[in-house]
Amino acid sequence: MARRVSTRRKAITTLAAWSVGFLIFFPILWTVLTSFKTEAQAIADPPLFLGFDWTLENYAVVQERSDYLRFLWNSVIIAGGSTLLGTMVAIPAAWAMAFVPGKKTKDILLWMLSTKMLPAVGVLYPIYLIFIQLGLLDSRIGLVVVLMLCNLPIIVWMLYTYFKEIPGEILEAARMDGATLREEILYVLTPMAVPGIASTILLNIILAWNEAFWTLNLTAAKAAPLTAFIASYSSPEGLFYAKLSAASTLAIAPILILGWFSQKQLVRGLTFGAVK
Amino acid sequence: MATQHSRAAARLMMAPAVVLLLGWMLVPLIMTLTFSFKKYLPLKGGDLGWVGFENYIRFFTASAFWPSVLSTLILVGGVLAITVVLGVLLALLLDQPFWGQGIVRILVIAPFFVMPTVSALVWKNMFMDPVNGLFAHLFKAFGAQPYDWLSQSPLLSIIVIVAWQWLPFATLILLTAIQSLDSEQLEAAEMDGAPVLARFGYIVLPHLARAITVVILIQTIFLLSIFAEIFVTTQGSFGTKTLTYLIYQRVLESQNVGLGSAGGIFAVILANIVAIFLMRIVGKNLDA
Amino acid sequence: MGQITLNQVTKSFGDVEVIPPLDLQINDGEFVVFVGPSGCGKSTLLRLIAGLEDVSSGEIAIDGTDATHVQPARRGLAMVFQSYALYPHMSVRKNIAFPLKMAKMDKAEQDRRVANAAKVLNLTDYLDRRPGQLSGGQRQRVAIGRAIVREPAAFLFDEPLSNLDAALRVNMRLEISELHQTLKTTMIYVTHDQVEAMTMADKIVVLQAGRIEQVGSPLELYNAPRNKFVAGFIGSPKMNFIDGADAAQFGAHTIGIRPEHITLSTTEGLWQGRVGVAEHLGSDTFLYVHVNGLDPLTVRVSGEVGVRHGDTVFLSPDPAKLHRFDAQGLRQS
Repeated sequence: MARRVSTRRKAITTLAAWSVGFLIFFPILWTVLTSFKTEAQAIADPPLFLGFDWTLENYAVVQERSDYLRFLWNSVIIAGGSTLLGTMVAIPAAWAMAFVPGKKTKDILLWMLSTKMLPAVGVLYPIYLIFIQLGLLDSRIGLVVVLMLCNLPIIVWMLYTYFKEIPGEILEAARMDGATLREEILYVLTPMAVPGIASTILLNIILAWNEAFWTLNLTAAKAAPLTAFIASYSSPEGLFYAKLSAASTLAIAPILILGWFSQKQLVRGLTFGAVK
Repeated sequence: MATQHSRAAARLMMAPAVVLLLGWMLVPLIMTLTFSFKKYLPLKGGDLGWVGFENYIRFFTASAFWPSVLSTLILVGGVLAITVVLGVLLALLLDQPFWGQGIVRILVIAPFFVMPTVSALVWKNMFMDPVNGLFAHLFKAFGAQPYDWLSQSPLLSIIVIVAWQWLPFATLILLTAIQSLDSEQLEAAEMDGAPVLARFGYIVLPHLARAITVVILIQTIFLLSIFAEIFVTTQGSFGTKTLTYLIYQRVLESQNVGLGSAGGIFAVILANIVAIFLMRIVGKNLDA
Repeated sequence: MGQITLNQVTKSFGDVEVIPPLDLQINDGEFVVFVGPSGCGKSTLLRLIAGLEDVSSGEIAIDGTDATHVQPARRGLAMVFQSYALYPHMSVRKNIAFPLKMAKMDKAEQDRRVANAAKVLNLTDYLDRRPGQLSGGQRQRVAIGRAIVREPAAFLFDEPLSNLDAALRVNMRLEISELHQTLKTTMIYVTHDQVEAMTMADKIVVLQAGRIEQVGSPLELYNAPRNKFVAGFIGSPKMNFIDGADAAQFGAHTIGIRPEHITLSTTEGLWQGRVGVAEHLGSDTFLYVHVNGLDPLTVRVSGEVGVRHGDTVFLSPDPAKLHRFDAQGLRQS
């Protein structure tokens, strides 16, 4: 039973929690605010918090000078494509492991997870070489495949845990009720599995969107997603704070929104079920 | 009700995922292993034949090796210390009842969703810049000399940036673990006369032990391969060259593939040592 | 019709034989309860009848036709699961109608049957809710509704009340019994609770380690248990067992006497003992009496008696209600 807490104590906790939360969130808030300033206001000392002339100019400039939308589109294709492809491969595998477990199922699952632990830098050159030979360097399709393979273990794992939660008795009930295998999958399993599949897709889009080893090393101008685009601001454009902020805000906004929806799945997806 | 028929179907359904991952693991790994025993310089003639363990010897005896191990240890250790300690405190705080829990949770988690290149650049330019950075403004406001974070304490700066990104992860997992603690256990301890600190030490912390272990293991695996944050801030200079970055430079910048591959194999072995411990915990949970 | 015959049915999981060869006859319209301690194979037996598990050998016939290898859905049986197994994404209406939809029944007939079942089970007001919005008892009724609409040859219940609290369990017990009176359909009901078995069954099948220990009406089992296991399992509080000289005096290896068949006296009797704990229920008093050389004996006395902890009392068994068992634990005639 949750105990009742005195209002005074609750007020103090509230103050402390909000302060900490604000502090942790501040860099993001500051970036978003700066993106609406002029360059001069962005570096003003003392810093301007809200009392500045709000402008959308930076966003226009970012798009105009560097064709921001192209990088955004690359990110969408790479993150979305790798996740969907991975999900298509993972659904049957997770399904089989959850509903027809064999003696080796657990070993296979753990082995799959262990491939996620492989440091990318250890296989950087072979992948680089394969990409050159197949003409995949700086191509979206190449990155879609690599990120799909990177995240496949997590996708399989998450789907497995979701499928595992569907109680066997429900499937037996459907069988008693006269559902054929096809009807069982169509009317009972799929509707129950859809929320899990959706969460899995959501979290893996986020992971792929933010992936910054392969995207930096395997792309140049053509297929570069937002991670690489932002990296190009490291110098000297980075000194234009307002534009850097505008570009950054655009790059993180969609994923922040998706991320807030997926916070519960985060624990499941990234701890491999080791914490519940 | 697993019949012979459904088992065959199950194998067929698993095949694509298994084959893909097997290929993804084995092909590049075998290539790296092969390269590591060769003199391989793509820009100076390519494959120049077998050299035995020479690459390994050169990699381990290079003047850059021990500093890179040290940087890696400091980076990983520093981030772990900050995220675990602050994570526990933050989780304890957020577990208390207060107004606006949902919103604060969102604020705290947000940094995890910021892409690494963005967070590194924003911190580097807008906070740590010695002239226009917010910290410089802050120092000046208090009459202190602005501090050039990234050239004077480069490793610390990177630790701060990475810790900011991973603190939400640690907090979220530890919060989940705290919430699974049976409150009757705490009330029992209270009835037994344990004061707040003792309750934390004897009940809460042991309960969190496993979650903390998991946080440490998972973060270690990801932190060992930190790349983008170094790439866009210091490019590995000023003692921020971690193992990962060193190998990256050997392979792609100086194009000494043999040498880099030897380092790569070392990194794989290192990550696997951590992974074994993590897999044990995961495996145990699978049985439960 | 709902007549089910099991002929030399066995079930093994790998090398472990959970049901040794077993014969059982269930007549049309009977309320049969499988009862036994957990792990006795009663649920497995039910699942064999349902077709959710394949028999390892033997035959199952339903209404005279061999159904051993018939798919679960084609056996004409309906099952109510322990977890209710409701489809969480469907409304109550859709849950109940699901088997009818699977049978491709026309929509009007589906609606009619669902409405009918809802009326019988008091679910009319909840038809558009999801299972997650219902209480435990209501979920239970939806699960039963889903079984009723199929108009099956027999209902199978797998510990359906074990997830309900005590008060609700008594209510649902009555509702299921009433349902059986109305429908007059064969029901097979699995439970580990002998009270449920005694109150609901026409015929009780007592199982232990996959073997049938005894089949009979509740009163047959109560009055003439075939062995010590059944004697100890049926009846509450448990029957007292006495070995040794005190048993030999009645010509048996072991004697059993139910707590309600012992007379209490403060002056004279066969056994002298000291009262330990006394449980006062108002209607009855249960006394736990320590007798020298014997295990504590439980005595049930109607109403209130004026004995307290530490009092000396005398006990005498009712000779007509005494059960005699031989060294193998079997009943002596």
